[in-house]
Amino acid sequence: MKAVCWHGSQDVRVDTVPDPKILNPHDAILKVTSTAICGSDLHLYDGYIPTMKSGDILGHEFMGEVVETGPEVTNLKKGDRVVVPFTISCGNCFFCNRDLWSLCDNTNPNAWMSEKLYGHSPAGLFGYSHLLGGYAGGQAEYVRVPFANVGPLKVPDGLTDEQVLFLTDIFPTGYMAAENCDIQPGEVVAVWGCGPVGQFAIRSAMMLGAERVIAIDRLPERLALAAAAGAEIINYEEMDAGIALKEMTGGLGPDCCIDAVGMEAHGTGAMALYDTVMQAVRMETGRAMVLRQAIVACRKGGKISVPGVYGGFIDKMPMGAFVNKALTMRSGQTHVHKYLRPLLERIQQGDIDPSFLITHKLPLEEAPRAYKIFRDKEEDCIKVVLKPFETASSLPAAVAT
Amino acid sequence: MENSMSTQTPIDKQAGDLERWASIIGGGAMVLTGLQQRSLKGILTAVAGGGLVYQGTQGKSTVKQVEDAVGLDHAIRVEKTVTINRSAADLYSFWRNLSQLPTFMRHLKSVQVIDDRRSHWVANAPMGQDIEWDAVIVNDEPNRLIAWTSTDDAPVENSGFVRFQPSAGDRGTEVKVVMEYQPPGGMLGTMIAKLFGEEPEQQIGDELSRFKQLMEAGEIATTEGQPKGA
Repeated sequence: MKAVCWHGSQDVRVDTVPDPKILNPHDAILKVTSTAICGSDLHLYDGYIPTMKSGDILGHEFMGEVVETGPEVTNLKKGDRVVVPFTISCGNCFFCNRDLWSLCDNTNPNAWMSEKLYGHSPAGLFGYSHLLGGYAGGQAEYVRVPFANVGPLKVPDGLTDEQVLFLTDIFPTGYMAAENCDIQPGEVVAVWGCGPVGQFAIRSAMMLGAERVIAIDRLPERLALAAAAGAEIINYEEMDAGIALKEMTGGLGPDCCIDAVGMEAHGTGAMALYDTVMQAVRMETGRAMVLRQAIVACRKGGKISVPGVYGGFIDKMPMGAFVNKALTMRSGQTHVHKYLRPLLERIQQGDIDPSFLITHKLPLEEAPRAYKIFRDKEEDCIKVVLKPFETASSLPAAVAT
Repeated sequence: MENSMSTQTPIDKQAGDLERWASIIGGGAMVLTGLQQRSLKGILTAVAGGGLVYQGTQGKSTVKQVEDAVGLDHAIRVEKTVTINRSAADLYSFWRNLSQLPTFMRHLKSVQVIDDRRSHWVANAPMGQDIEWDAVIVNDEPNRLIAWTSTDDAPVENSGFVRFQPSAGDRGTEVKVVMEYQPPGGMLGTMIAKLFGEEPEQQIGDELSRFKQLMEAGEIATTEGQPKGA
């Protein structure tokens, strides 16, 4: 089959590899009908996540049709159309039982690697480094899905791939980011980063009752998408976002601050330069400009939510501001399983149509170019969906935003 | 070094020691910290036999007994605990059927049960070699503890116990493994070192993780055999 393989920093290729096989009794094999490139895939693309190996198959946002099931898979059958959470969960451990699915104890075969770095291992993820399981990802024609009784959700008839694909990661991720803010009536939520997760965080904050949402980015097309959802916008290249937030909130600061950017933040000024240099020489693994700014901007007693990905260490954490302003911070890889059904209902009720985000639909063969334009924000690229079984001629060159 | 000559320990002192060792093995503290310079094998045999004066499993010499009691400082010792969301009875039953151990202990080729106490172990060693030994269960407390030691003719002297203890707050069962082995010198020693890896704690930890996966999730997570690019 064809699969998108990582071969090094900024080197992804479409390789011909063997088809996946059932390896464990709870496995299923899917024929992938749609698979997306995630912002977090760009951290792999840029070589900032350790323990990738040449030839690893990428992709953790995918859906498709069940073509084979292991002997102990009881709730799926051949032909079922499913979306698959990017986190792999066993469904039986302490953490799964408490709805903390991304912390599953039993799905990372390389737990020892994570234990060395983090003290404990989170759940295994599809296509996201050997540290997090080393599972082959879904940017491929076929993919093996372990614990198929637990993760995959059958898609009701009448919904397109584009409407439900983002249930695999970015919609629940944005939603959990907003939920982690414990938004109270009247509260103002600031969202750094208007990429896909930021866009879902903005919309989710509104669904969860935020009085106002303020979105921060530098790319006009992304800010426009945020404004279209009803957010007020700050272009941080035109003004100091910290000062602007204080002015826009009567001097209080936003009640809730969401870092939907993570470890490869861009910024302006001396700290941005410091981070770029430190990260380039691998003295820190994350450029934490956004997190620092969020902590300083947040109102006293406010809440910080971090859906943005950090993998290792950051520098110059403003711990003094965090302590003296009595802030609360929440984070985590998304507990996707917890959100699948409720968010599917939101889609069915018409509260949101996640397909608004898609700017590019491309055949799988075009993955190398897709990674590049997504990383460099060329062609106003916000979200790419790859179609392994469609050709360039059957897909429009670009989808209008 | 207290009690360096166990055969001369007064009776009341023996009883005190025994209580202390029993509570270290059964308690919440780090077992190996309590062990210090003592040998695990000596302690396990003593606790099982009811006193610190013992004849060993096969009538050992006095010198050997003293060695066992005071321990040898080049012993490799490992202690590792994992909490598993199953009852102590379930976990004990699986483990007590020793022939099932190779399911999650990757370095083992087979464990053949000879009788209620004795078993024959075969481990894969590098370069296609096998290492074999016999082991004896010296303490078997159903649903709570299994302690074993290798017989005197084993190429690698090893002993240990696995303890199953219900955890606080209804979180399942704490499974603690404490092991000690004496690597011999020469080629065999090198092979053993490779067998257990450079970090025996990680190896035991991985085995306990796989045991947990098997008991909680019904399978051992793997990526072996999945496709990858050239």
